[in-house]
Amino acid sequence: MKYLASLILCLWLLPASAQQAKIIKLPQLQEMMAQKADHIKVINFWATWCAPCVKEIPLFEKLGQERSDVKVTLVSMDLDLDPNPEKVYRFIARKKLLSEVVILDEKDPNSYINQIEKSWSGAIPATIIINSRTGKRKFVEKELHEGELEKLISEVE
Amino acid sequence: MNMIRSFITAAACVVLLTAGAPVKSGYDVGDKVADFKLKNVDGKMVALSDYKNAKGVIVIFDCNTCPYSKAYNERIMALNKKYAAQGFPVVAIQPNDPTISPGDSFDEMKKLAEKKGYDFPYLFDETQAVSRTFGATNTPHVFLLKKEGADFKVAYIGAIDDNAKDASAVSKKYVEEAIEAITAGSAIGTEKTKAIGCTIKWKNA
Repeated sequence: MKYLASLILCLWLLPASAQQAKIIKLPQLQEMMAQKADHIKVINFWATWCAPCVKEIPLFEKLGQERSDVKVTLVSMDLDLDPNPEKVYRFIARKKLLSEVVILDEKDPNSYINQIEKSWSGAIPATIIINSRTGKRKFVEKELHEGELEKLISEVE
Repeated sequence: MNMIRSFITAAACVVLLTAGAPVKSGYDVGDKVADFKLKNVDGKMVALSDYKNAKGVIVIFDCNTCPYSKAYNERIMALNKKYAAQGFPVVAIQPNDPTISPGDSFDEMKKLAEKKGYDFPYLFDETQAVSRTFGATNTPHVFLLKKEGADFKVAYIGAIDDNAKDASAVSKKYVEEAIEAITAGSAIGTEKTKAIGCTIKWKNA
């Protein structure tokens, strides 16, 4: 009886429909960034430990929901500091994130940071906005506030 | 009176120069470093020019709260243990605005330095002017300086090593390799590196 109760409890505690973030390598991220697409790509680099990142995530969530011409991807950098992705999974479930989340699993940040964006120091939050139709691209390395994302998007149109 | 006037002129210049100017990227490798003077956790002022007999200084922009700073804390203390005696002491500078990051207040800095037993200065860059001049972007961010004549020049900018999460799995000890090269009189193999880290919490403009 006790077993059954704990089994039920365990099943109940499992997140019902939360997305499972994919763990990716640099080439997959580069491919995603380079791919031709009709939508504007908004790629945000964040981590669960990064307070300004967590603060600005609702802006990305709202943007992804409001605009069908924009696709938001949240790239978690958590594995750079902690080999266990569990924290990211829990964060996604707790915040009920709707944007696509991927987790970058790479070694040697000194090499991969430049391969993602040459002007990036490596500090997060950082955001890249890519319009593959116009070939325009914007990069910002700071916490974004209400309205700033929309302005950046209009600059790549 | 004259001093007051020159101070006001200097302050006005700073305001004018920083107001409309594009964001400066700070020091590059090879640049001469301007002297600075900041308050240490012991209440005393520390200046770069105090290090008259040093061969160099390991300037590290670092803070209390960033998980990367925490991950590197022991490694920073070990750097000072190993290299202060060889003429390259650590000088840590806390750049974050405590109104945005309360865990980085001067009081919290004092507590951390005491708890960890820092045997190097942990300076508070209250106006963030020094951090801006250097072009620090994240914590921990190293600027290894070497003495050339009477000047300090930037020899290396970047990360301490190439593995934040696991000190035992480091394959490139950037700062140590750079100091060894300076000491040996040879060229530094890697002069600039990048690492993932916490952005500096700048005051709201």
